[in-house]
Amino acid sequence: MLEIFLGLYIFMLAAFVGYGVIKGVPALLHTPLMAFTNAISGISLVGSLVAAGAHYNNVSTVLGAIAVLCATINVVGGFWITDRMLRMFKKQDPKADAAGDA
Amino acid sequence: MVDQVETLYLIASFLFILGLRGLTAAHTARRGLILAELGMVFAIWGTVIHPDIMAHLEIAGFFQTYKWILLTFFIGSAIGIAISALIPMTRMPERIALSHAFGGLAAALVGVSEYYREQVIAGHMDHTTMAAIGFEVLFGGLTFTGSLMAFGKLSGLIPGRNITWPLQNQSNILMFGGTFVLLVLVTIDPSNQVLFYAVAAMPLLLGILFVAPIGGADMPVVITLLNSYAGLAASATGFALDNNVLIIAGAIDGASGFILSVVMSKAMNRSFRNVLFGAFGKVDEEDAAMAAAGGERVQEASVGDAAMLLSGAGSVIVCPGYGMAVAQAQHVVGELAEILEANGTQVRYAIHPVAGRMPGHMNVLLAEAKIPYTSLMELEEINEDFKNTDVALVVGANDVVNPAAKHNPASSIYGMPVLNADLARSCIVLKRSMRPGFAGIENELFFAPNTVLTFGDAKDTLEKVVEALR
Repeated sequence: MLEIFLGLYIFMLAAFVGYGVIKGVPALLHTPLMAFTNAISGISLVGSLVAAGAHYNNVSTVLGAIAVLCATINVVGGFWITDRMLRMFKKQDPKADAAGDA
Repeated sequence: MVDQVETLYLIASFLFILGLRGLTAAHTARRGLILAELGMVFAIWGTVIHPDIMAHLEIAGFFQTYKWILLTFFIGSAIGIAISALIPMTRMPERIALSHAFGGLAAALVGVSEYYREQVIAGHMDHTTMAAIGFEVLFGGLTFTGSLMAFGKLSGLIPGRNITWPLQNQSNILMFGGTFVLLVLVTIDPSNQVLFYAVAAMPLLLGILFVAPIGGADMPVVITLLNSYAGLAASATGFALDNNVLIIAGAIDGASGFILSVVMSKAMNRSFRNVLFGAFGKVDEEDAAMAAAGGERVQEASVGDAAMLLSGAGSVIVCPGYGMAVAQAQHVVGELAEILEANGTQVRYAIHPVAGRMPGHMNVLLAEAKIPYTSLMELEEINEDFKNTDVALVVGANDVVNPAAKHNPASSIYGMPVLNADLARSCIVLKRSMRPGFAGIENELFFAPNTVLTFGDAKDTLEKVVEALR
């Protein structure tokens, strides 16, 4: 019983922290933000990995493996596309900036 | 072993939040992304040494234990990278909708897998775990099919128009309520497998039914809400598995989706309820031309006229909309800006929060066209400047520049914040066609005395303008 309350506390605090931080994200970056949070929440990978790796039984393994597939697409793809978008955002004169921007 | 796992998860959570903080400014965003990627490495590392997996490793050996993880991880990475590297920026809303679908499906599958393991095989499951798994499959399933519907509508596989049927809202709400009752019942009695599979299956149907009535122009709200649900599904997974990093990442994702959907609703001056259950005949922005207005005439301008107006302007504000994405016109907008700027004209961009099909859609497209983000202005930043601006250039936007929202209480978009394109000294609107008789919202801007319309594909027209100016 205590564990579920601990979880609820964590959820509540994380939601407030997330709310506070994301409030500060400018509209400019809202699309990268969606791709970014999507990649992070692809961390349901974590659950799928256990289901796929612990071999509790065949059904769990198969479902877990499909879940790892879906989640990996999100994690790897999500980070990749966020980076692709963020690389495009340049402050001024893109040619002069391209070299110095790492 | 448990200590190691938790330490790694703690580091991962820290890096996620730190990375998210980086996104609050454009120049720190990539650093934030790298931190989050690092966090993900820690989270995965923590997971592959999970006690249950290690126990299996001791009996079965490395290959047997990790073969499925490795195989699916590599295939998933390949698919993820292929999609993300190849998809054009104009199709970003589809890409995001699809990833919500994957996220929802992953959560739902883990939920079913957990139920199968703990209840069907082991024969015991406590009520709290059951409740968590119930929410997991509920939000996961809803997000999965709802996002697939959104994807279908955005990509044109399914008609983007709102699909309606009699007693739609009533039956949807009834079904949602029914699913929730089933969820409560299965929490009380986890051993009832029929109930559980009903709870897992119903949301799949609900996702389809909920998104079907929502039209293309309302997609920003739908996508952000589904984003929120995907986060809640991940969080519920964390509760089911006692995994804190999952709870945290899911809560952040849920909060993000929630904030964005509030921003979107406000920008449309509509409540969630209205977007989700409204289904008022809102059609695609570009299609929502004006109904043939009795007596009123628009002034048509040739490409040459438009070029002349622009070359004589000291300041220009571009107002992009979904039509710019459809026409893939962002690059030629950038070219035009380059020519005008070389000419001494100040060029800025007014980005309405709901321009396009998802939050920030226009910013990404213009950034792709190498336009510095310092010239991309939010509505509040730039709206007062229109009256001191020579030319407002409207590229494929409609509702977001309709002055009727400001002063015509009869208009269905009355009260929605709009760009003051009508206050610029002159306004050039690029439109595909007049489409007379199409049942849409009439846009007063098109009939204003200082507005001229240039018909044709936005990309085509702008290319000709650029040529004329060279």
